[in-house]
Amino acid sequence: MERCLVLWLPDWPVTALVRARGSTVPDDAPIAVLAGNAVVACSQAARRAGVRRGMRRRDAHARAPGLRIAAEDPGRDAREFLPVVDRVERLAPGLQIIRPGLAAIRIRGPARYYGGELPAAEELLGHLHAEGFAEAMAGIADGRFTAEQAARSAAPVRIVPVGEAAAFLGPIPVEALGDDDLARLLVQLGVRTLGEFAALGADHVLDRFGPPGAHLHALASGRDSRRVAPREPPPELAREVAFEPPLAIADQVAFGIRVAAEEFVAGLVARRLACTELRIELIGPDGGGSERVWAHTSSFDAAAIVDRVRWQLDGASADARSAEALAEGVATVRLAPEAVDPIGEHEPGLFGGVTDERVHHALSRVQAILGHRGVLTASVGGGRRLAERTVLTPWGDRPPARADAGRPWPGSLPPPLPPLVPRDPIPTAVEGEDGSPVRMMDRDRLGGRPARVRIDGAFRRIVEWAGPWPLIEHGWDPTAMRRAHRFQVVDETGSAWLLLLEDGGWSIEGGYD
Amino acid sequence: MTNAAEVAQLRARIEHAERTGRIGRSGRIAADAPVLPAAPELARLLPDRGLRTGGAYALGRSGALLTALLAAPSAAGIWCAVVGIPEFGVEAARDAGVDLARIAFVPDPGDRWLAVVGALAESISIVAVRPSGRVGDAEAARLAARLRERNAVLLVQGAWPLAEARLEIERREWTGLGAGHGLLERCTAGVRVTSRRTGAPRRGRIVLAGRPSVALGTRDVLPDLQDAQLTAVG
Repeated sequence: MERCLVLWLPDWPVTALVRARGSTVPDDAPIAVLAGNAVVACSQAARRAGVRRGMRRRDAHARAPGLRIAAEDPGRDAREFLPVVDRVERLAPGLQIIRPGLAAIRIRGPARYYGGELPAAEELLGHLHAEGFAEAMAGIADGRFTAEQAARSAAPVRIVPVGEAAAFLGPIPVEALGDDDLARLLVQLGVRTLGEFAALGADHVLDRFGPPGAHLHALASGRDSRRVAPREPPPELAREVAFEPPLAIADQVAFGIRVAAEEFVAGLVARRLACTELRIELIGPDGGGSERVWAHTSSFDAAAIVDRVRWQLDGASADARSAEALAEGVATVRLAPEAVDPIGEHEPGLFGGVTDERVHHALSRVQAILGHRGVLTASVGGGRRLAERTVLTPWGDRPPARADAGRPWPGSLPPPLPPLVPRDPIPTAVEGEDGSPVRMMDRDRLGGRPARVRIDGAFRRIVEWAGPWPLIEHGWDPTAMRRAHRFQVVDETGSAWLLLLEDGGWSIEGGYD
Repeated sequence: MTNAAEVAQLRARIEHAERTGRIGRSGRIAADAPVLPAAPELARLLPDRGLRTGGAYALGRSGALLTALLAAPSAAGIWCAVVGIPEFGVEAARDAGVDLARIAFVPDPGDRWLAVVGALAESISIVAVRPSGRVGDAEAARLAARLRERNAVLLVQGAWPLAEARLEIERREWTGLGAGHGLLERCTAGVRVTSRRTGAPRRGRIVLAGRPSVALGTRDVLPDLQDAQLTAVG
């Protein structure tokens, strides 16, 4: 069981901005930090005036007329944060940065030293408060992900007891997973909280969302903590990039390690591992430099690794010894996994996982010919009618996770199912021996024996048949309720059909040929 | 030795000669082209006991037969595409053992179907298509060359020039349904496979829907088929 403490300094980009400019800005000034045209962070005063994350510049100005605006600068965020972490680390060694404003530490050591989890948290927070971070908060829980959520839960110190991660996470919105696409999709499907997401079957989640989705699913279930001891990452997964001549500009270094970062992640994925702690070494031409372990609440992807390298480089300039070693530029960057998690036991399916590149290429070419919706993948969803049970998703899109697929659907058709299912039932006609159309008499009784059915424009004799089986949909809602009857017939050619009688009209719902 | 057996033996010799390159015949598939798996009931009717890559196979409109042909390859991880068949029954296919994660659907290719099939054959091993128009011999030959080059198999719902074999459903027999009662339970059907390589059509019965039965063994295979098989192997 890995108990973990997360320290959170809210609105860090604003704090970093204020600290970088010197304390010339009054505490109660409304400040917003923007990326492009959208607010990414704002000060308390701005929030009180109604400014929110994601808001557009003009809207933010309208809410808070005296608003001061600054552009986002991840380098500034890192430069200001890393020295703070280094100072706290003197109290509690092993503090790892998740991202500027957020840091994590295994709590076992400090808890023993300070006589409990709460005293340890209070000690660290007290130190931060003394440094001028009055709003610092702490969360303690099983695993980093849960601890981060606890830190964000408004109390200065929030402790989630051992084994209660799932219960604590249950009511938190799915946006907390930090994967906007997944969260949007889940909300569309009516899955709004981590508890609801956790309730989906792990196999289904892996099928639909691939290993990354499965990993988030495990986090949402509070299973971040099941890992007893971090697995020792295989050393060959480390990657090293040498620059000759050394690179002095952060952008160049970031660009230079992009490929290595992708290989690093691919190597992990090939072993079904997700990197949760990453050691980055930046080495100058004469040795020395900067070494740091970064943590991630879910797992590092290539872009996240590039960001960390850049942040570490920005932070190194604030530390005299590192700055000196790297004064001539960076000669070597080494990436090594410090801790890894297994990501799912099964072979990844078609989705989100590893797909044969060539197949993807061919299908993308067909999409170029026919349009995005021209190439589809299919899965079986819920519902009573055959056509609605088929879920078609454009190639390359994530198929919607459907909680209803595994549910029993009373009134759905027993196997064998028809291999031919028209997207809309095909209108047809069924007549009795005397040539008159066959109808329902009352609720579930047929007014005559079906003798002939029209197939492809000509009537065929019905040799065997059974029905009617009532098909009632939305039975709980009188306005939306649909009522139809199903029949199976075998015609004189030996072909079998699934027929539908609805509102007095016959149609072909499926063909068994 | 009967006449029929003699003819079959000669055919087998000619085929062997063609395969080993002693008789050149343009447009033939390489002898070492891999054969994709088929369900055992179908395998014993097909000229190569499976789907010979590089070849085209003509089928009727039976969705159940197409599903049966896709089940074994997709379950073995082989990629398949279904083109121009919007009513392909996904759930029935899954129940028949088709791995839906290995199937790409192009339900409405319109008049671009040939271009689509050509693009898919680049890297998808089995492409099933219902052509929405006639195909000329020249176009079919071009596609055949692509199939051979890429080791792909074409399954066509309809007529096709230069097909390796033609598979047709003959007598279907349903059980489970009566006059106003029961439930469709199982369908067995006769399959006739005609190939220019094997001479006389081979016939067998397969379970087209419902549970397969152990009762379907070689006794369902007509005697002339057994003869043909014995000679075709050598």
